[in-house]
Amino acid sequence: MKDKLIKVDYLARVEGEGALYIKVKSGYVVDVKLKIFEPPRFFEAFLRGRNFMEVPDITARICGICPIAYQMSSVHAIENAFDVKVDGILRELRRLIYCGEWIESHALHIFMLHLPDFLGYDDVIQMAKDYPEIVQKALRLKKIGNEIVRIIGGREVHPVNVRVGGFYRAPSKKEIKQIEDDLKWARDFSIEAVKFLAGLEFPEFEQDYEFVALRHPNEYPFNEGRIVSNKGIDIAVSEYDNHFVEEHVPHSNALHSRIVNRGAYFVGPLARFNLNFDKLSDIAKKVSLEVGFKPFCRNPFKSILARAVETVYACDEALRIISIYEEPSKPYVDFTIKPGVGYGCTEAPRGILYHRYKIDEKGLILDAKIVPPTSQNLKMIESDLWKFSATYLNLPEDELTWKCEQAIRNYDPCISCATHFLKVHIERE
Amino acid sequence: MRTKKPKLAVWKFASCDGCQLSLLDCEDELLEVVGAVEIAYFLEASKATIAGPYDISLVEGSITTPHDAERIHKIRKVSKYLITIGACATAGGIQALRNFKDVKEFISVVYANPSYIETLNKSTPIADHVFVDFELRGCPINKYQLIEVISAFLNNRKPNIPTYSVCMECKRKGNVCVMVSSGIPCLGPVVQAGCGAICPSYNRGCYGCFGPKETPNVFALTEHFIGLGLKSTDIVRILRNFNSYAEPFRKGSEAYER
Repeated sequence: MKDKLIKVDYLARVEGEGALYIKVKSGYVVDVKLKIFEPPRFFEAFLRGRNFMEVPDITARICGICPIAYQMSSVHAIENAFDVKVDGILRELRRLIYCGEWIESHALHIFMLHLPDFLGYDDVIQMAKDYPEIVQKALRLKKIGNEIVRIIGGREVHPVNVRVGGFYRAPSKKEIKQIEDDLKWARDFSIEAVKFLAGLEFPEFEQDYEFVALRHPNEYPFNEGRIVSNKGIDIAVSEYDNHFVEEHVPHSNALHSRIVNRGAYFVGPLARFNLNFDKLSDIAKKVSLEVGFKPFCRNPFKSILARAVETVYACDEALRIISIYEEPSKPYVDFTIKPGVGYGCTEAPRGILYHRYKIDEKGLILDAKIVPPTSQNLKMIESDLWKFSATYLNLPEDELTWKCEQAIRNYDPCISCATHFLKVHIERE
Repeated sequence: MRTKKPKLAVWKFASCDGCQLSLLDCEDELLEVVGAVEIAYFLEASKATIAGPYDISLVEGSITTPHDAERIHKIRKVSKYLITIGACATAGGIQALRNFKDVKEFISVVYANPSYIETLNKSTPIADHVFVDFELRGCPINKYQLIEVISAFLNNRKPNIPTYSVCMECKRKGNVCVMVSSGIPCLGPVVQAGCGAICPSYNRGCYGCFGPKETPNVFALTEHFIGLGLKSTDIVRILRNFNSYAEPFRKGSEAYER
């Protein structure tokens, strides 16, 4: 077999900038690099000295795609440090805004970033020519997710309403009710989407993954739960640093997260689906079983299906919250500032997002640690690429390249998020 | 396939991707926009790219690496109009907070092996490097303003983007002033309109996503903040957010740092 070099200088349809490089010699894959050249932005450094109330506004700016995730992990970590519990309808409202972000982000990724690969298009615009109806419906679905975020948060990107203790203003019942009919439509379309996506052709590829996700006794996880895996992890969020480390591996310039004494792991929709299937709503479970998609699924290409099932769930959960919503008498709970360390982990659309803050007696941040889902998946993505490219070396080069790009997009990587911690080293050829 | 439609390119530098996402967030208008222009380069949305020159280049993000300081010149060369979108591209963004500190210290805080980091001491706006035809403000930009700017350039007219303060939008909305009624510090009087006065509508003060308005009187406002009981350190922090390196905010914050 001849030597090959798969090189993609700029990965398309991912958030942020990265490159892919695979080297094949005498029929063997000898090098795989997922290069990250997105410049570092130093969030952990400039969070020091900021007041705790500014943190959710600042961390939102790590990512324009999932600002709610950053705000939610921040406020939960800070509330953990202050020993404050946000309960009742305010807690539900936080779940509702997270539903909005999941619907928006999942719709974006499923239809605009990932599906064109499966159907053989360069982008959604080309795809729209042959599938106008599905693209128009997908845009409407995405808009409905955005609408939830806008009503509760003030705007779609970098919402302004999330604060430690709850919200600055609780939306009225009327504001919340206005999205109910749209959401019913969104749920129906998501169900239709699961059935459509189940008919796609998925490459046969499986690995013995360690899936990691939050798990909560009563609900599909958004903001709270223990961190669990299918290989024995079951820890409180505050124990994260004892079990997960970031390290520099020789073949990559990016820091990779790994489980202590073990290795790569997989976070995101497929991990959540596999570890929390029993907590999905009946409607989401039913459609999932109908198309034969059930745990334990070890094919990363089926992440697109997990995303669609989660979209059904998020619509369903949003409808449940809307049906019980009453405007609270006060939009936030009171608390006392106290020095200490707080831990927070929530389920961003792309997987667990861990925050840790050390806070002084005045409420100023002394130290911050933020581990985005993409950084936790990087090692797994590279591992997939090693094995996947080795299996498909017979494919023509352009097809193999495309398949490898698709394998990366399975994880919906958000490189913008990842880089504020990554070691970046630009290698110029 | 070549068409005669104007070619649109979207470029990214140090940023969160939120401003280019605003283009994809135009759910109702997206298919119309792509009907009016040819998306020639937009990696977040498409792997297909068409060679320049481009009629309009939208640039997101700030310049933070030597490589990017070179790249922006190449983009300027192939662009008829270069429009910056968002606080990063127009003011250096949140990452410009490094400009007030020693970036080496920042690197050692975040990274275990500082020698791998290739970064400039400062995060600077695009206009510090090349000529910019129009700057669209916001963290994030307002998607309707984005459509207005694209449409204006396609039709050879001036974009209708207000340069007055957030207060004007707030009054038009019928909001009760949060600063007058509740004593909440609000940057509204010195910040450019465009967001729709979201924060006061959600019972909080404006924190300055759209940067300084035309001829802002920053000191009059910050002295009023002192009257509300804020300390110098609070004022430095209020002015140092997503547009901290925009001159009026930079000078204002430096005055209180002494």
